[in-house]
Amino acid sequence: MKTLSKLTWVQFKLYIREPMAFFFTLVFPILLLILFGAAFGNEPDPAINPQYGFVDFYVPSLLALIAGTVGLMSVPVKTAAEREYKVLKRYRATPLSPLTFISADVLNNLLVNLSGAVLTVIVGWLVYQLAMPENILTVALALIVAALAFASLGYLIAALAPTTRIAQVVGMVLFFPMLFLSGVSLPREMFPHWMQQLSEFLPMTHAVDLLQGMWFGDSVGSHGVAWLVLLGMAVVSAGLGTRFFRWE
Amino acid sequence: MATAISVRNLHKRYGDVVAVEDVSFDVEVGEIFGLVGPNGAGKTTTIESIEGLRQPDGGTIRVLGLDPQAEGYALRQRIGVQLQEAELPARLKVWEACDLFATFYERSIPWAPLLEEMGLDGKRNTYISKLSGGQKQRLYIVLALISDPDVVFLDELTTGLDPQARRVMWDRVRAIRDQGKTVFLTTHFMEEAEALCDRVTILNEGRIIALDTPDNLVRSLNAETRLVFSVDGPFDPAIVCGLDGVTRVTQTDNQAVVFGRGDRLVSQVVLALENGGHPIRDLRVERPNLDDVFLTLTGKEIRD
Repeated sequence: MKTLSKLTWVQFKLYIREPMAFFFTLVFPILLLILFGAAFGNEPDPAINPQYGFVDFYVPSLLALIAGTVGLMSVPVKTAAEREYKVLKRYRATPLSPLTFISADVLNNLLVNLSGAVLTVIVGWLVYQLAMPENILTVALALIVAALAFASLGYLIAALAPTTRIAQVVGMVLFFPMLFLSGVSLPREMFPHWMQQLSEFLPMTHAVDLLQGMWFGDSVGSHGVAWLVLLGMAVVSAGLGTRFFRWE
Repeated sequence: MATAISVRNLHKRYGDVVAVEDVSFDVEVGEIFGLVGPNGAGKTTTIESIEGLRQPDGGTIRVLGLDPQAEGYALRQRIGVQLQEAELPARLKVWEACDLFATFYERSIPWAPLLEEMGLDGKRNTYISKLSGGQKQRLYIVLALISDPDVVFLDELTTGLDPQARRVMWDRVRAIRDQGKTVFLTTHFMEEAEALCDRVTILNEGRIIALDTPDNLVRSLNAETRLVFSVDGPFDPAIVCGLDGVTRVTQTDNQAVVFGRGDRLVSQVVLALENGGHPIRDLRVERPNLDDVFLTLTGKEIRD
């Protein structure tokens, strides 16, 4: 237990010390929020939704963005680099169990997600009087599922990529279309119809759908497709990732 | 003497390439045992099989009576390891690495004195990426010692260090042995093996070609000592040729080489030259060493 908590904390510190990861996980979402918040404000438009404004929709989608950033931009690079530079091998020469190592890594990813989410929500609340969720627990559950789904995909990329460089490129190739098309940087309502349909194939679109739904108090049983897509992605990626995992 | 490590008929191949073939040896408790040989001889495969990091294709390994594959967890509690080319995260601080590694073990010793012993006391808050090569290697020794292990494994510990740092490192390794621990190391520096190891086994192309103390290995060659010096003016080799132990003399321009054996060789030759009115300059005594052992056994230089 002591090993798990210490390793998780060390991983968290290492994550925060990486300037790129720090910026894209903890700063970039807030910049997007302020940028689009300044453009669209948070006054409900009766023609679209009488109860919620732009920022109320946008903040939950930014939580999906954070999950995608951690999972696709950070996890593949970090995991592949730890293998390439034989950090994993060094750990393996100690009594540290693989289960403890992986648990700490996953806990760290959740911790980073939570930090990014809390910071973004606080800014939304202070600057735009963001409407707080009806049920914080369902939002947390959705956030955890989204975070695990993208992190698992990240581990799979790292397991399959021969080098850190390739893991980074693959992560980016998957990430950027989602950044632009899934409604996390530009609201999907601005897209033409065909583009909206295309975005249905992106897992981040479903993460946005799920987080917005939970934020506005939909029941856990709703948004079945989104739950299924994300849980399926988590299970399949984790399974394949374990299958192809290499210590060195 | 109790046995710390026992290896019997170790085999390991990668695809069609045989890395280690039928390697057997015992390491005794409390000695510095060196596995030496050129790059690609199978040293790392052997040491990592003993550490349990690689699975052998055949053979039996016991470390402190434990099977590295079947009883890996129990074994890793009792050994300390420094790996060749293994890094730690660049932005990990020295104290964080120590603090973290200490929690991996059921039993650990305070790491602050270890850092001090290794001259890293002032580097506690330094990122690992900011350490020099020598400082990193010293930190890796600290991490290998943090569990107060019975056996310490060092894989190419001094590669990349300058000659002075290498010698300081040798003293640190001797200090580990002097605490009663067993040290198993690999090196491709024959000079290092000779200076540091109580016993060495020479590995070539996956096979053991010699195993003994460095002294015995060198003596077994019965090789000649060479006295190389400069002479002024004409030099008559007959002055030294008849001396006890001298086998032959060669001469080129103003440099002469006297070959011979025996403990009194050097003093006799120097005396005879002085008395014969041949002042000598730049005398160099080249004794046979482990490089010669390797050359004799394989017919090639170790640094080919």
